Amino acid sequence: MQWETVIGLEVHVQLATRSKIFSGASTAFGAEPNTQACAVDLGLPGTLPVLNEQAVAMAVQFGLAVHADIAEVSVFDRKNYFYADLPKGYQTSQMYHPIVGPGDVDITLDDDTTKRIRIHHAHLEEDAGKSLHEDFLGMTGIDLNRAGTPLLEIVSEPDMRSAKEAVAYLKAIHAIVTYLGISDGNMAEGSMRCDVNVSVRPKGQEAFGTRAEIKNVNSFRFVERAIAFEVERQIELIEDGGTVVQETRLFDPERDETRSMRTKEEANDYRYFPCPDLLPVVLDEAYLDHLRSQLPELPADKRERFQSELGLSAYDAAVLSASREMAEFFEEVHHVCGDAKQAANWVQGELSGALNRENLSINNSPISARQLGDLLSRVIDGTINGKAAKQVFQALWNGQGENADAIIEAKGLKQVTDTGAIEAMIDQVITESPAQVAQYRDAEPEKRGKMIGYFVGQVMKASRGTANPQQVNGVLIAKLDALL
Amino acid sequence: MALEESHVRRAAHLARLAVSDDQATGFVDDLSRILDMVDQLQSIDTEGVSPLSHPLDATQRLRADEVTETNQRDAFQRCAPAVENGLYLVPRVVE
Amino acid sequence: MHDKTLTQLATALKSGEFSSRELTSHYLQKIEKADGTLNSFITVTGEQALNQAEEADKARAAGNAGLLTGIPLALKDIFCTRDVKTSCGSKMLDNFIAPYDATVVEKLNAAGTISLGKTNMDEFAMGSSNENSHYGAVKNPWDLTAVPGGSSGGSAAAVAAGLVPAAMGTDTGGSIRQPAAFCGITGLKPTYGRVSRYGIIAYASSLDQAGPMARSAEDCAHLMNVIAGHDVRDSTSVARGVPDYTETLNAPLSGLKIGLPKEYFGDGLDPEVEKAVRDAVKVYESLGATVREVSLPHTHYAIPAYYVIAPAEASSNLSRYDGVRFGHRCKDPVDLIDLYKRSRAEGFGEEVKRRILIGTHTLSEGFFDAYYTKAQKVRRLIRQDFLDVFEDVDVLMGPASPTPAFDLGAKKDPVSMYLQDIYTIAVNLAGIPGISVPAGFAGGRPIGLQILGTHFAEAQLLNVAHQYQQATDWHLQLPAFAEENA
Repeated sequence: MQWETVIGLEVHVQLATRSKIFSGASTAFGAEPNTQACAVDLGLPGTLPVLNEQAVAMAVQFGLAVHADIAEVSVFDRKNYFYADLPKGYQTSQMYHPIVGPGDVDITLDDDTTKRIRIHHAHLEEDAGKSLHEDFLGMTGIDLNRAGTPLLEIVSEPDMRSAKEAVAYLKAIHAIVTYLGISDGNMAEGSMRCDVNVSVRPKGQEAFGTRAEIKNVNSFRFVERAIAFEVERQIELIEDGGTVVQETRLFDPERDETRSMRTKEEANDYRYFPCPDLLPVVLDEAYLDHLRSQLPELPADKRERFQSELGLSAYDAAVLSASREMAEFFEEVHHVCGDAKQAANWVQGELSGALNRENLSINNSPISARQLGDLLSRVIDGTINGKAAKQVFQALWNGQGENADAIIEAKGLKQVTDTGAIEAMIDQVITESPAQVAQYRDAEPEKRGKMIGYFVGQVMKASRGTANPQQVNGVLIAKLDALL
Repeated sequence: MALEESHVRRAAHLARLAVSDDQATGFVDDLSRILDMVDQLQSIDTEGVSPLSHPLDATQRLRADEVTETNQRDAFQRCAPAVENGLYLVPRVVE
Repeated sequence: MHDKTLTQLATALKSGEFSSRELTSHYLQKIEKADGTLNSFITVTGEQALNQAEEADKARAAGNAGLLTGIPLALKDIFCTRDVKTSCGSKMLDNFIAPYDATVVEKLNAAGTISLGKTNMDEFAMGSSNENSHYGAVKNPWDLTAVPGGSSGGSAAAVAAGLVPAAMGTDTGGSIRQPAAFCGITGLKPTYGRVSRYGIIAYASSLDQAGPMARSAEDCAHLMNVIAGHDVRDSTSVARGVPDYTETLNAPLSGLKIGLPKEYFGDGLDPEVEKAVRDAVKVYESLGATVREVSLPHTHYAIPAYYVIAPAEASSNLSRYDGVRFGHRCKDPVDLIDLYKRSRAEGFGEEVKRRILIGTHTLSEGFFDAYYTKAQKVRRLIRQDFLDVFEDVDVLMGPASPTPAFDLGAKKDPVSMYLQDIYTIAVNLAGIPGISVPAGFAGGRPIGLQILGTHFAEAQLLNVAHQYQQATDWHLQLPAFAEENA
């Protein structure tokens, strides 16, 4: 039987506010345990929440970016359950009236086609703390620093049909939130976490199969692997005559499998009701207009512009617009050097290669966009040749000079285009290479072309790479042929 | 709506309250009488009436995104039953 | 000293008749002598009070005294007080030393008042008799076999017995007004949102409100001047100007339109209470007010609606008492769920458990709409009743409670206890202010006249109450117990 996979994603994005959603405690990552958990975060008796305006603004910005309806009135509800890292015995969330309503996002697939994924809604809520299971006298330790960090939970419709689509969607969401600057999107630090709902159904069948929810799949790669495993598991199960049960599963990246989180699934009853400590959030049109006017250019628009205005290929445009940092770096390089194709080639080639080798993000590039742009300007205006440019790049990377011009000057890499100087070097090479000259002379004319390489190499060496290779080539052929 | 012991047991579990068999019986009696009283609500026509969560028609005021709190862990943990290395301790949680 | 009102004491302190230290010692001695019988305090902070009093005397000597500088007060043990036990009447918080002050406490400290200690209360403010306290019942100083009312029973009894000139209470369904009535003192529940709830241990967040309990409306006005106002830490506190509540106390009442809700004079109302209330209304007529009967048609649904909404909110508010970060923790829990279940079963009393169970049940799947949503709709109808009648009248008057204080141990059935609050509960659902003032006695036990106003009408209520207290002296009477322990 042919099976179809149906996937929906719930993406939790930690918003990049300075303080927590309902308190004035810092959200900075990595502090000593419980040093950033204030009285409100700890749920101490008598404490009350007050909503952070920036969390609201960020949620709205996301909504606008995905063409969603923004709720004029949204309401916080309490989701009641007991857990060790949930201080108040409830999570403040938005069940019935979320701040962001239905929207959509376009994803680009490998074959450069696009597909529209619908977003069901996105709501604001508070993050929980962390349970640390290292052995503390046989106990579990609770760190509540993370408790109260603002989360935007983005819930998709079950519109994805493959792991690749799910990853593309997740990447699109990642690009949007980082472009907007509403999250650092750091999946390793948990700034972006993903629950994946997976089901399968016979191809052609309209009704959905029973889904499993895979919790906390926290990298693009894990999403792909978790879905692949889960799809296979469900199909095998059904084909062996079993049925899929609706349950929560956990992805184990070490074993590359998902497994049921509880043997006996406990039916939850969260008893949502409006949080009496918070009032309805009312947003007016003027506020939305203001935020709308401040939206940056979004990834889809940027990609489109890179193709139409800058003439980049679809592939280059997609790669360079995938993250805000990459796009901004590229645009700065382009702005400085004026040549989009050179800028695209160098950012994707030399720079990305060097960054990957040293496992650096583009934010931490030792070479600034300005430096790279200046370097490319010198290639474009003929001051240096491509080979010298790589040397300058390396020197800039190693911090051996302030800028390209200084390095070119210091290393004497300026391209020699003076015909007299080139002729002198060629004459010297010819004089010093009688054997090669003789071979050249005696060779069949059609083989001479290959032999010219030796002489070019010698001249380039003599010029320490600064001679213009095309020029050298032309003069050499003329001089050698004159000897025939 | 009649209240059964299973309802009380379920509520006690959701609310994480240990309830003995004797207590459960007592609670069924008490809660049944309370709910009988509450059931008077069902006789009012509330068609078209929207629920009221807050007595004033106020809207949420927003706080500027500023860090105003400092580390007070020592003071907060003085009233904690069990802490170690700044962490609150609970019986081992297996996931 | 103990027979003086707070206002009179403030004048005496100002004139140098006695020092704050002398006044504070006087009250501490009274507490020492009398509270073994009354049990109105859970914690007495004598040493801290005397230190505060010395500071107040120094401030006065330096010319920095405000009107209430050096005045001793007591706080219901629901207000968080830095470095002082804040138990909320519960075993659960018997070991809880709050690491911060409630906003109300901060404001009172800033005004230079002195805290003598924390008063007894029904556990988590759930009760109408103060019999639900982990620290034992409180006795009514007018009759030691009677309850003082609840949940702010300790505050009411302490003020009535002259152990403190005034105290702070909280009122979720009548918990200031009913004990004020039972103990013959004056108690004001302000409009919801008028006084910050920050640092007040929550019972039912959309209903809770703090207010003053004192010997007179004038005393309450002085205290309201200190505690009212917007608080950035409480989203539900209202950003609205605070009047000087003493300024309008003496406004004449001629032309005042009084409404008597017919539903507040029906079955179950003690005839002596009714007579006292009607006599009080006659006093108002003599002061130039006009009186008419009005109707609040949904009054009888207030208790049913309240016993859905308040327990629902409470069941969630009290989930934080889980034995992890503060509060009672059971011995040797075998696992997390055992820790929760036993800590909570041991830490909470019977009435608290009942309300947690009711609230959990009514919020749970399959019952939510029939109970919770329905109750919220009825809540709107109840509020509308008030908004409608306040189109026609300025204030409403009626009894604070259908009977005077009942005997200790008299009400064993929770529902019959709940029905006591028939005249007070709708006020919290609607969020309007109400005040109870002494208006006579029945069988030696005080009777309270309740006066209600529309949202933010506290100044008017205090004015109306004060004018009555200028014309009568019920509020100045002291129980024999106070004289015996003088």
